[in-house]
Amino acid sequence: MALLELQGVDTYYGRVQALHQISMTIDEGEIVTLIGSNGAGKTTTLRTISGLTHPAKGHVRLRGKEISGLPPDRIVTLGIDHAPEGRRIFHRMTVRDNLFLGAYSRNDGPAIRADQERVFQLFPRLRERRQQIGGTLSGGEQQMLAIGRAMMSRPKLLLLDEPSLGLAPILVDTIFQVIRDINKQGTTILLIEQNAAKALQVANRGYVLETGRVVKEGTAKALLESPDVQRAYLGI
Amino acid sequence: MSRPLPRNDRAMRWAMGTFKDRNRTIYTLLVIGVLLWPSIADVTTGGSGNHLVSTAADAGIYVLLAIGLNVVVGFAGLLDLGYAAFFAIGAYTYGLLASGQLSGSPLHHEFHLPFWVLILVAMFVAAAFGAILGAPTLRLRGDYLAIVTLGFGEIVPRVFRFLGAGSPIGNWTGGVNGISAIDSPHLPAFISGPWFGTSIQVVSPFDFSDSNWAPMDYYWLIILLVAICIVLVTNLYNSRLGRAWMAVREDEVAAAASGINTVAIKLLAFSIGASFAGFAGCYYGAKLSLVSSENFEFIVSVSILIMVVLGGMGNIPGVIVGALTIYIVQFFVLTNLPDYAVALSNLVGLGFLNQSSPGWVGLHDEVQRLNYIVFGLILVVVMLLRPQGLFPSRIREQELEKGTAEEAVFDVREATD
Repeated sequence: MALLELQGVDTYYGRVQALHQISMTIDEGEIVTLIGSNGAGKTTTLRTISGLTHPAKGHVRLRGKEISGLPPDRIVTLGIDHAPEGRRIFHRMTVRDNLFLGAYSRNDGPAIRADQERVFQLFPRLRERRQQIGGTLSGGEQQMLAIGRAMMSRPKLLLLDEPSLGLAPILVDTIFQVIRDINKQGTTILLIEQNAAKALQVANRGYVLETGRVVKEGTAKALLESPDVQRAYLGI
Repeated sequence: MSRPLPRNDRAMRWAMGTFKDRNRTIYTLLVIGVLLWPSIADVTTGGSGNHLVSTAADAGIYVLLAIGLNVVVGFAGLLDLGYAAFFAIGAYTYGLLASGQLSGSPLHHEFHLPFWVLILVAMFVAAAFGAILGAPTLRLRGDYLAIVTLGFGEIVPRVFRFLGAGSPIGNWTGGVNGISAIDSPHLPAFISGPWFGTSIQVVSPFDFSDSNWAPMDYYWLIILLVAICIVLVTNLYNSRLGRAWMAVREDEVAAAASGINTVAIKLLAFSIGASFAGFAGCYYGAKLSLVSSENFEFIVSVSILIMVVLGGMGNIPGVIVGALTIYIVQFFVLTNLPDYAVALSNLVGLGFLNQSSPGWVGLHDEVQRLNYIVFGLILVVVMLLRPQGLFPSRIREQELEKGTAEEAVFDVREATD
């Protein structure tokens, strides 16, 4: 059974339809990427999965169980965490408090500390800055914190929205390395990226979205080699 | 910038040290002030300090209210412009259930429940109204919520005024006259003296309104209530719930995405904040022995909000200092300002200003007219000089000093080590 399945999902913002009949599956242990230009519906797809917006039609199923319509906090407890676009860390709180808030859905003290340790191992910078106020971190550190915070709920499925946005190239490599590491440790990842080439290099499979519709899907390798994708998203 | 981190860490530790010390300093000074106040009052007035002690007890009510509103505004970031409504609900709860008022109502039965029970009842009633108001409105954002609470703050005192004699459903609240002759708190027995200036003896029953020890007993009672509330609210602030409030205040979407049920969390803030007002209202009714809808007008809500903002939103000792400061300004400085002006004009040889003439009512009354302008000026000046409030929370202070703007370019060398 697929870990996550979307079937014929329509999502609206007011009267504007953002998603048209989106269907996709994500299997356990995969990294799946959504590529597409601005306004293609990538972020809306993630928001629909994590319950921040509700679909008007269609199904979102986690291990076969319907989760569309549930509030976001319930979906977090079921095992999907969303690191939203633009980082959105809690600017006035310390790094440590940010991480603890990521574990808000849990109640197991020692395990939370162990997970904090795991985040610090992935991002040694955060350990150095754990007492610092989030807003005083650099952009890259904030992105690390956003990913770390999402990890703290021990998600089965991690939704990452543009994790490399606005970061220096060398840091982009670091972030992608960490995405690979997190995946190796057993977390399934759904990744949105502007940087389609990089995303397809780490991903197993990908979906191409255009104006709210899935127009192409396949293995990352196939997409990398597809002339359409190359022309539109890889700049080749 | 080879190794900026150790210095940063030290600066951080130092900042945190002063933060803790500063709050501890404020608390220490407050405790000393509280302990010495009855003596100070007696000494400065030549032995008749009762009035000053009673006034200090009234100030304590505002401290309670400010602590409660701070939960809503400071912790959870919800602007509440009708907080006095919950104060009114607490006061009327006590007034109705601890006086002869309801004998004239369609119930034809009067209640005289003890203060110690009703203070909890008032808390729960206020909290329930907080939840009732919050449930449908907390989905609204910032400004809209403020308007709804403003409306609620206007409605509640009017409902209490309307439900007096002649209302279609009978006289419940005494209408414009309010509820008078409310019971005072009692204890089955208490040791009096030597602190009330009487010999040591067991008084049974102990009536708080007995002039042998009032208002001193009310003074210590409110000190006790405030102390309890400070402990409660400090624990709330440091709890998981406190962190969740801050997260919701910072970024609701991110909070929801982190698994926080934002609606429930906001409702709790609203409800818990309201319960403090219920608490304060109950004490208020008991001490004054009179509850009237006029005492819960919009200006009360605004005053409490000013106390919170001016004191340093979010920081409990700051809010307490803010409450005391505004109370002193409103009830000492502003009320005495006309007399000060008269004395000053006599002193500098402008005594003729005190005479009234056509178009001039005399300096005393002129200054009285300008009271709220002076109040407004004081607020403007303070907020210009200290926009973060008198004693803000550490984080707000840092934020205003350093700014939280993101660094434009990430230091690549730092990223790689």
